[in-house]
Amino acid sequence: MAEIALKSLAHSYLSNPESPGDYAIREMNHVWQQGGAYALLGPSGCGKSTLLNIISGLLEPSSGDVLFDGERVNALPPELRNIAQVFQFPVVYDTMTVYDNLAFPLRNVKTPEDRVHERVMEVADALELTSQLKRKAKNLTADEKQKVSMGRGLVRDDVSAILFDEPLTVIDPHLKWKLRRKLKEIHQRFEITMVYVTHDQLEASTFADKIAVMYEGQVVQFGTPRELFEAPNHTFVGYFIGSPGMNFLEVSLRDGHVVSGTTELAVGREFADALGEIRSTNVKLGIRPEFIEVHDAHVEGSMVADIIHAQDLGTYSILYLRLGDTTLKARIEEEQPTPSGKAYLRFPGKWIGLYVDEFRVEIAS
Amino acid sequence: MNKIQNNRAWWLILPMLLLVAFSAIIPLMTVVNYSVQDVFDANTRFFTGTEWFKEMLNDPALQAALLRQFAFSLTVLAIEVPLGIGIALIMPKRGWQASAVLILVTMPLLIPWNVVGSIWQIFTRGDIGLMGWSLRELGYGYNITANPVDAWATIILMDVWHWTPLIALLCFSGLRSIPDAYYQAARIDRASRWAVFRYIQLPKLTNVLVIGVLLRFMHSFMIYAEPFVLTGGGPGSSTTFLSQSLTTMAIGQQDLGPSAAFSLIYFLIILLVSWVFYTAIMNMQKDKKNEEA
Repeated sequence: MAEIALKSLAHSYLSNPESPGDYAIREMNHVWQQGGAYALLGPSGCGKSTLLNIISGLLEPSSGDVLFDGERVNALPPELRNIAQVFQFPVVYDTMTVYDNLAFPLRNVKTPEDRVHERVMEVADALELTSQLKRKAKNLTADEKQKVSMGRGLVRDDVSAILFDEPLTVIDPHLKWKLRRKLKEIHQRFEITMVYVTHDQLEASTFADKIAVMYEGQVVQFGTPRELFEAPNHTFVGYFIGSPGMNFLEVSLRDGHVVSGTTELAVGREFADALGEIRSTNVKLGIRPEFIEVHDAHVEGSMVADIIHAQDLGTYSILYLRLGDTTLKARIEEEQPTPSGKAYLRFPGKWIGLYVDEFRVEIAS
Repeated sequence: MNKIQNNRAWWLILPMLLLVAFSAIIPLMTVVNYSVQDVFDANTRFFTGTEWFKEMLNDPALQAALLRQFAFSLTVLAIEVPLGIGIALIMPKRGWQASAVLILVTMPLLIPWNVVGSIWQIFTRGDIGLMGWSLRELGYGYNITANPVDAWATIILMDVWHWTPLIALLCFSGLRSIPDAYYQAARIDRASRWAVFRYIQLPKLTNVLVIGVLLRFMHSFMIYAEPFVLTGGGPGSSTTFLSQSLTTMAIGQQDLGPSAAFSLIYFLIILLVSWVFYTAIMNMQKDKKNEEA
C-alpha cells in the first residue's frame, strides 16, 4: 500500500527527443493517493499505457522520478516494486489450475501454504471463481480468464497498487458491467490503490472516484467525473467527456461586445471584461449542449439560431443549430417540444467557460 | 431450411476414394499380397498365411535390429529435444544477429542424407578427418570401423548435428508467438526464470513439440542413408538398423514374402508408437475431472 507520486516525469521512446511531439509522456507531476480508485482516461496513443508501464516498472522513464511513499523506485524492476498489473488481454498460466494461478504470485515469494490457501479462497470468493478452482486455466472463457488475471493481483494483500490496462476490452458487453461492479466492490473491500486505464468515459466514471484525462502525453485534468463534466479544464476534456461533446465558439471582442465571427453573443458583462484582458488569438467560449437553454419564442437576452436538424434519441433529443457561422448542439429533454425553424438560445453565465490556448481561464465575478 | 436426404450423395466421395486408393491403398495392398504368399516365379506361388510374419517376429537378427532401432531413436530424441529447446531459448530474437543465427542453425537441415553420411565419413577418418585425427592425436584410439562404441557415438553425434536444428527452429517459432504481456505478467507476479520457462514457455511450445517429437521419431526410426554411408551397419552388425536389414532382405536377397511381412510390421510399429506419443502429449493438456462438481 503506497502513495504513488510522479515528479517531473517525462518519457520518450526516441533516444534523442527534440520537440515536444517526440515525447510519449510530457513532463508532468502527479500524485495517486493511497487507497484511491482512479481512472486514466484518454484516446488511443495518448500515453496512458506508457504511463502505467512506467509506474509498474516495465518501462524506465527518460527523466523524472517515480516515488512510492516518497521513496524513489526508478531503478527497481517490477518484481521488486510489489505492484500488480492486469493487461488488456487476459494472461493466465495455461497448464495450471485456477487455484494454482491465483496462488502463483504468493508461492513465488515462498508464502506459507496455509496463508496461500486462505488468500486464494478469499479472492476466489470475491471474484466468484470458487466453483472453477480445479479447472485448468486454459479451458476458461475470456472473461473467466480475465478474472483470474485480476485475482492474481488481488491475492497479494500488501501490493502498492493494482494497475489495470483496459482490462475489459475482450469481455462481452453484458459481463463488462458486472465485472466493473465487481472491481468497485473489491476496491471497497480491500482498500487498495487502483489505477484503471481506459478510453471509455462511462467505464472511467463508474469505476473511479477521480479521473485523470490524458491528451498528447500530458494529464490535462484530474478531477471527479462531475468536475470534468461541469468545468472541463481543457477543450479536449470538453470534447471527450459528455455525449455529445462541448460546444466551442471562437470569440473576440468588438466595440465592447462579444462576437463570434460577425454574430454578437448575449453573454454577461464579466465574460466581456475577462475577454478584454486576453492577448492571445486562440480564444474560445465553451458551453455544454445540456446547458444551452432553448426557447421557441424570444425571451430576455436570447440569440436567434436556425435549426438544421433534430435527432430524437428517445429520452432526449439533440438539436443541431446554426448560430452565425458556428454549428452548435443542444440537448433538450423529451417533454420539451422541439421548436421548428428558428430557436431562441440563452447561455446561462454559470455554465460558460472561457478557453485561452485551449486551457480554461477562470472568469472573475 | 429443409435438409434433403439423398443417398446418391455418397458418390461424391468417389474422387477422394480413387485418389487415396492410388496413393496409399493399392501400393500397400501389393505388399500385403506378397506378405501372405511364397512366390517362386510368375506362375508358381503358394499361400502361406501368417507364416512369414511369425518367421520375421522370431528372427533373432531382426529382433536385435529392432532393439537397436529403439535404443537409437530414444537416445536421439532424449538429446535433440532438450538441446533444441535450449538452443531456441538462447537464439537472439531480433536484429541482424537473429537472421545470422537462424541461417547458421538451419544449415545442416539443407544437406541431403547421404551427403551428411559422406561428410561425417571423411570427418571421422583417422588419417585425414579433422575429428578422427584430432582424437587420435589426443591419445584416444578412435576407430569407428573397429569399435562399436565409437561407431554408435558417432552416429548419434551425426544425427544430433543434422536434426537438432529442426527442433530448435520449431521451438524458436513457438517462442516468437508468445505475446510480451506474458513475460510482463510473469515479472509482475515475481516469477523466477525457471517458472517462466516451466509455466509460460514450455506450455506454449507443446504444439510445436508434438510435431517435432513425431517427426524426429519417424525420421530416426526409418534412418537409412547416413549410417549406411558412415559405417555400413558395422562393425559387425552393431549399427545395423531396421531399414538396412529390410533393404538387404528385399533388394539383396529378393526375399519378397518375408520382406513384405517385415515391411508391414515395421509400418505398424511406427504407427503405434506415433499414436502413443501423440495421445500421451495430448492427454497432458486435458482438464482433470472437476472433483468438486
